[in-house]
Amino acid sequence: MSPLATEPAHVATPGGVLLVLAVMLPVVAVLLMLALGPRWTRRIALATLAIGLLVTIAILAELLRTGEALTYVVGGWQPPLGIALRADGTSVAMLAMTALVIAATGCFGYAQQQLDPATSHGRAPTSFWILLMAVWSALNAIFVGEDLFNLYVALELLTFAAVPLVCLDGRAETMAAALRYLMFALLGSLLYLLGTALIYGSFGTLDISLLSQASAEGPVFPVALALMIAGLLAKAALFPLHLWLPPAHAGAPASASAVLSALVIKAPFFLILRLVLDVAPPQSAAFAGQFLAVLGAASILFCSVMALRQARLKLMIAYSTVAQIGYLFIVFPLASGSETLPPWGTIAWTGGALQLISHALAKAAMFLAAGAIAEAYGHDRISDLGGFGRALPISAAAFGLAGLSLMGIPPSGGFVAKCLLLTAAVIGGHPWLAATILAGGLLAGSYVFRVVDRALATPAIPLAPRKPIPRRLELAALVLAVAAVLLGLVPLQPFAFLQIGRPDSLTAVAP
Amino acid sequence: MSLLLDLALVAWLLALALYVTSARGDRDAIVAFIAFGLLLGLGWTRIAALDVALTEAAIGGGVTGMLLLRAEAHLRKRKPGGPSKGVVGKAVTAVACVMVTVGLMLVVLAFPSPAPTLAPAAAAALPATGLGNPVTAVLLAYRALDTLLEKVVLILALIGVWSLAPDGLWGGAPRLRPALVPEPLAYLAQMLPPFGVLIAVYMCWVGADAPGGTFQAGTVLAAMWLLVMLAGLSPEPETRGKALRLTLIAGPALFVAIGFLGFAMAGGFLSYPESIAKPLIVGIEAALTLSIAATLGLLVAGPAQMASGR
Amino acid sequence: MSVAALGPATLFGLCGAALAGIGLFVVITHSGLLRRIVGFNILGAGIFLVFGAVARRGAGAGFGGDPVPQALVITGIVVAFSATALAVALLQRLFDLTGRETLEAAQEHSPRSEA
Repeated sequence: MSPLATEPAHVATPGGVLLVLAVMLPVVAVLLMLALGPRWTRRIALATLAIGLLVTIAILAELLRTGEALTYVVGGWQPPLGIALRADGTSVAMLAMTALVIAATGCFGYAQQQLDPATSHGRAPTSFWILLMAVWSALNAIFVGEDLFNLYVALELLTFAAVPLVCLDGRAETMAAALRYLMFALLGSLLYLLGTALIYGSFGTLDISLLSQASAEGPVFPVALALMIAGLLAKAALFPLHLWLPPAHAGAPASASAVLSALVIKAPFFLILRLVLDVAPPQSAAFAGQFLAVLGAASILFCSVMALRQARLKLMIAYSTVAQIGYLFIVFPLASGSETLPPWGTIAWTGGALQLISHALAKAAMFLAAGAIAEAYGHDRISDLGGFGRALPISAAAFGLAGLSLMGIPPSGGFVAKCLLLTAAVIGGHPWLAATILAGGLLAGSYVFRVVDRALATPAIPLAPRKPIPRRLELAALVLAVAAVLLGLVPLQPFAFLQIGRPDSLTAVAP
Repeated sequence: MSLLLDLALVAWLLALALYVTSARGDRDAIVAFIAFGLLLGLGWTRIAALDVALTEAAIGGGVTGMLLLRAEAHLRKRKPGGPSKGVVGKAVTAVACVMVTVGLMLVVLAFPSPAPTLAPAAAAALPATGLGNPVTAVLLAYRALDTLLEKVVLILALIGVWSLAPDGLWGGAPRLRPALVPEPLAYLAQMLPPFGVLIAVYMCWVGADAPGGTFQAGTVLAAMWLLVMLAGLSPEPETRGKALRLTLIAGPALFVAIGFLGFAMAGGFLSYPESIAKPLIVGIEAALTLSIAATLGLLVAGPAQMASGR
Repeated sequence: MSVAALGPATLFGLCGAALAGIGLFVVITHSGLLRRIVGFNILGAGIFLVFGAVARRGAGAGFGGDPVPQALVITGIVVAFSATALAVALLQRLFDLTGRETLEAAQEHSPRSEA
């Protein structure tokens, strides 16, 4: 180990206060909801959504204005003793994605609850809003966290908010799905915590910036990182640890599925990214990158095929999530950078970030569209949905537009992302990764087409919805899907925004 | 001599843990686990962590044990155990787990010497908090954000547990009282609570300067409350009750409020002005103790099982 | 290393490693969820002890141990209890609905999954 830096590792910036608000605002909402009871819950949630969006916009503006990361040192206690929060360009992109998806989901949830006003102060709606706020707080805390143990607490907060969302409708099978999810998540948390203990034991700090400056000898550091990454993989549901995800995400109510699939599993991925790029010594990082890419490729191929074989729409979308998560993990070897080019300057880094964000938007759109479909017909068997596009044109359009991103067809964020990743794979000499990207696109095309084909079908007896679906229930999905398409307007090159606040070169971590 | 004591303690801990793997019935395994938790508390005193020792004995052994025993009783009617792994599967798993253990042991032995530590930094900053117990300073000052988020975790777990109630019962009261209250239980429930409350108040009060503090005190209070409810001396509260909900959020809400007041008084979120740091922290701890007691008690009580009276 | 050279820090650290392995074994080999939950708690206790060893090794400045990891363990114990409570509540609900207390059986016997 090396002596830690003598000057403070973190200097608070004026905009840093906004990070505290991003984490604490939803917490305040949770406490208020509990205190004031069901009648107030929804109003508090909607107000928090509005204020939270404003806070996110302010963070974005501050980052663009200063061109530097936002930093806050909580309580004025400098790490390693205290805890810092920090948001660079990549983190802020995550915060913005989270705010957008949460807000759209909130609008869907609101519209859905108005369909059935009698129960809108009941168990499931009230719990939904509280858990949604908690998910938001936890995600923000994870995206701006700089302390490995603080991140552990945030991860647990996320787990305890996400698991009850899975079984909100109270059916036995969703209880089993929630329990299975909880078991995987707990094992993941404990492995992560064990790694944290080992890191503290060898460095006496848990601050990511300080750790990135510490040089490691001996076996402790690689073992600790391996444990943490393994734990996070269980939470991110990468093949072969994905078994819990399809029943959990497919069984949850649509609005919950949207948040779980679009956002919640991105948090452990984001932490893996930080561990590999910001904490791990270069040799370990390269090895971990290769390993993760193999699992990612397996995820893409295996789960795309599984998605193709599903009879139920929501299960198909859930398997598609595991496949699309796979793309994020093949970024590691592609964005390994070089002596002159840091990882965040590569096209693969931009491609990976775009994949993450466009998948979040597209997948939330798909689950919300599926929610509207289930609301209309009372089931989600793909084969019995022939002609649903006539009754639900907006949902069908949202599903199709979101599908473009998953397939990687222009114009869409998914197209730019996959194009950048493909280019990086070809240039970097990873032919098998390039082939996997192409095969994954074809498979995604097949499973999306199955649904689009049903939407456009003209059955002899027109498919009549069991109840009318108001347009506003369908709009949230369309807004998200259009946003995913608009991401396709980003130019095909490394995106400067994502590099704000990252170190300029690799000299700091060169061996 | 003390090494022998430590070795005996470790041997007991391992033996109890191994018994949990092999015990036939869950009840035996849980009883072993409770003993394990209490011995582990003793173990923590052997490595100079009295605060942890109290927490482990109270939460790890006590309340967790109570929760598990109640669950076991609830599941008593079940069919005999599901399919367990076959002999080969068990052997393979055992080998893998032994490898994990050996690997971890090597890592533990490979920790650097001298060990890195924040003890001097924690000591140097202690005067600014006005506290005498460094663990309390870490929990409520240096790493207050962790503690605050962890309070939210507790509350969220409770929301999650409550959300598992059937729709018609949601908002009603959990059921703790057995159909027939055993005589000794009723006796204990009348005798113990005054002492328990006294101990809790003392623990909370000395926690600022000596081992003890809000978790430990809250757990003791929770145990007393559960005892009283179990004996039927006090009815289980409805989860929709206003007073109950205010008790639950009082601690975290005060914590957040003082955190935000830090902007006005001391330059930032969760900063305390040096002159009144100690009273502020003790105030937060007192409110947290009540909220923790209520939360832990209700977590053990479980989701609503009786429809709301209204 | 002779046994006599073992300080309590190392001894309890090694004990933590062993407990983590035993806890993991329970979690993997038992299908009964209640036993698995106990296993998680033993695994957690082992991890906390490794933290405790780290804390004891960091004794200094007049403290018997580094207070930071000790505080982390206290936070960890509370989080672990929350997890146990949520898992137990889920398990009881699953049992009330299906009469099962394992995940494997619950899946096989669940009714067809269409709303």
